[in-house]
Amino acid sequence: MSRPALHLAVELDGDGAHPAAWRRAAHAPDQLLTPRRVAQVAAVAENAGFTLITLDDGVLPPGTAPNPVGRMGAVERAAFVAASTSSIGVAPVVPLTYAEPFHVSSQLASLDHVSAGRAGWVVSEEEQPEAARAWGRPLVDGADARARESRDGLEVARALWDSWEDDAVIRSVATSRYLDRERLHYIDFTGETYAVKGPAIVPRPPQGQVVVLGRPDRVPAAQLDVGLVGGPDLTSVTAAAAAAGTARVFAEVEVALDTPDATAAARVADLERHAPWPDRGRLRHIGSAGQLVALLGELSRHVDGVRLHPLVLDEDLAVLSRLVLPALSERRLVARPLPGTSLRTTLGLARPANRFAAVSLPEDAR
Amino acid sequence: MTRTDPLDVPRPHAQLHFGVFFQGVNHWTIWSAPESGSQIDPASFRKVAQTAERGLFDAFFLGEGLRLREVDGKIHDLDVAGRPDALTQLAALAAVTRRIGLVSTSNSTFNEPADLARRLSGLDLLSEGRAGWNVVTTDNAWTGANFRRGGYLDHADRYRRAEEFLTVARALWDGWADGAVAGAQTASAWAAPGAVRQVRHRGPQFDVDLAPTLPRSAQGHPVIFQAGDSGEGRDFAARNADVIFSAHGNDFDDALAFADDIRTRLRAVGRPDDDLRILPGTEIIIGATEEEAREKKRWIRLQQVTPATALGIATLLWGIDLSDRDADGPLPAEDPVVAENDGSFGARRVADPRAVVAEWRAKAEAHGWSLRETVIALGPQRGHVGTPAGLADKFAHFVRHGALDGFNVTPYLIPDGLDDIVDLLVPELQERGVYRTEYTGTTLRDHLGLREPLTHRSAAERRQAG
Repeated sequence: MSRPALHLAVELDGDGAHPAAWRRAAHAPDQLLTPRRVAQVAAVAENAGFTLITLDDGVLPPGTAPNPVGRMGAVERAAFVAASTSSIGVAPVVPLTYAEPFHVSSQLASLDHVSAGRAGWVVSEEEQPEAARAWGRPLVDGADARARESRDGLEVARALWDSWEDDAVIRSVATSRYLDRERLHYIDFTGETYAVKGPAIVPRPPQGQVVVLGRPDRVPAAQLDVGLVGGPDLTSVTAAAAAAGTARVFAEVEVALDTPDATAAARVADLERHAPWPDRGRLRHIGSAGQLVALLGELSRHVDGVRLHPLVLDEDLAVLSRLVLPALSERRLVARPLPGTSLRTTLGLARPANRFAAVSLPEDAR
Repeated sequence: MTRTDPLDVPRPHAQLHFGVFFQGVNHWTIWSAPESGSQIDPASFRKVAQTAERGLFDAFFLGEGLRLREVDGKIHDLDVAGRPDALTQLAALAAVTRRIGLVSTSNSTFNEPADLARRLSGLDLLSEGRAGWNVVTTDNAWTGANFRRGGYLDHADRYRRAEEFLTVARALWDGWADGAVAGAQTASAWAAPGAVRQVRHRGPQFDVDLAPTLPRSAQGHPVIFQAGDSGEGRDFAARNADVIFSAHGNDFDDALAFADDIRTRLRAVGRPDDDLRILPGTEIIIGATEEEAREKKRWIRLQQVTPATALGIATLLWGIDLSDRDADGPLPAEDPVVAENDGSFGARRVADPRAVVAEWRAKAEAHGWSLRETVIALGPQRGHVGTPAGLADKFAHFVRHGALDGFNVTPYLIPDGLDDIVDLLVPELQERGVYRTEYTGTTLRDHLGLREPLTHRSAAERRQAG
């Protein structure tokens, strides 16, 4: 079955997917952590027609001690990007392994408000034991325990987003009531390791529920809007996509493209002199823009979208922007998001009903 | 007020600093008037912040609440409520403002240093040195019910935790040597080898071991604000803060006494006594004439204290349900019930309700006030009312005599409540030389005329002593 469109997401953390990407960046390292840089990269992605920006994060710095690379909090960057763009979705990576779900829920609901409904969230995990020591928390030990924290934290966040009904602010001058307390709800969540009372302090996000992305093999599929699936080759990606069980499925694809100055292979080889490009079990395309267009065309038969991880942002984003997205657009394989449209709408996802809202009875049943 | 020779006063060159407080849960923001806007729409925050910046304010300030207020186990429905996460909202405002400081109230009890210090650093870098942190504490289990750790903190520990939190945060903010990040792609490493210090802290509240993630911003550290008025809170501010939000900005003598007390506490901890800015919270009501300003105040108070709000406040004070009474009638005849725990949370509690009610009765009888009029007249008298020229004279007097350094203004209307302050009062202040005519620096620390962050100074002092 042919699909109407492929949604393209792009991961914009740091200088690119390769640990040594900064060596090929168009700016000096000390310009990375500036508002100008954060806004500029987001503007390129928006102008190119991407559906979604993701911003990687974690409590530990990227790079290996004792030579870390700096990284600002993804939620703060996302909010900044949201205020300086108008149509692209913005999804910070937020791990739930040690974070407070109440804060995370508030932050993401606020991101949805500041972006007028363009917020997403990539749920991830803090896998390294050093993260526990950084947080000053007992170690969440093992894959099962981390999955439990993701599951519970996500359940809390989603319940809190519903804890205000859409019309909870009534501004009733006649009765002096600003709120209708019947439309605010305690969530009374009790999990294995903690409990959360609610309700939220942030009114329900404009999208009702922020768009949640994550790995269906790590988070229950029912809690995800978009499953992020990987695999080293097309066959495994296709199989993972078929098994995802999520409303939408995006494939993870790492890309290094030929540029006017150097072939993709030469660029990768140049960076590999400094550090290896870690194998995360993802499909990897090293080659021309034309070949990538063909690959994405093939993928479009199996998935709803692709999250691209460019080798070096300053080099690969330009090629994506000039050659890849226009070619896909010509073939009507991608459509750029429209200003004023929520991320949920762009992805063709319905705005979820509120779990707490009273079911209104049909007229004749009253 | 007589005009004083500006050179014949304790601080002839002192200037007033303004912050604006976008209120959270409160009944002071008028939501019932047709011109009142959304409390959550990003456009409201942008408008207030940009108007304040047009008026050369030092800072835009957001409060925090971690649980909705309740009275008798029910969510309080008369107040404005519902607000964004402060740091997230401020990061968005960093993109649409250029100079104004962005101050987040964030709780030291229900956050962890690695996470919060880094978020604040991010805001500081995204705003190029305009971030501030208003340190608040909580000890109650009621708020704790929304968090992993629950209400685990003893009252006595809340300031200890706040102080230790700040110690860890400052170590993280100081963890990168200046110039640590390479200036060229050909460098041996992204950050110079050895330039990032691992922070190892083991104390009663925190046991952490981590590499900080970010370099210092243009202002070194986020500016530290503190708002507690207790002796404990004032001492905390004297040891740690750059700015104190006081509740002493209405009456000159009261403000001066507070400022003198803070100066004494600063000297006691070895800081210069002009090291802390004092910004009382206030409301400013402006009219073309004194009479017009008083009329406006009356209208504003009636919008703020609706009959239902007056009965709600009386219910809290009396400890019995008065919601069916007539707010425009006399005070309830009953004596207040002093309950051990009245089930009200997040709302201000009254220490001695019987004494307060007795005072209310006496005043109401003497003036012939209704219950609502009494609530209005005897409620918190925060604010200044007058003409632009009259207010400018008064504020010049306050600041030149060292009673305060400025005000944190709470607009009674969102999003346009700052317009007349910026358009009418600011020019009068500028004419008197007590308000800047342009931003002279780029950071919040610059705007406030603050010295280097405390840890930097103590390092310099240590070097001198050695």
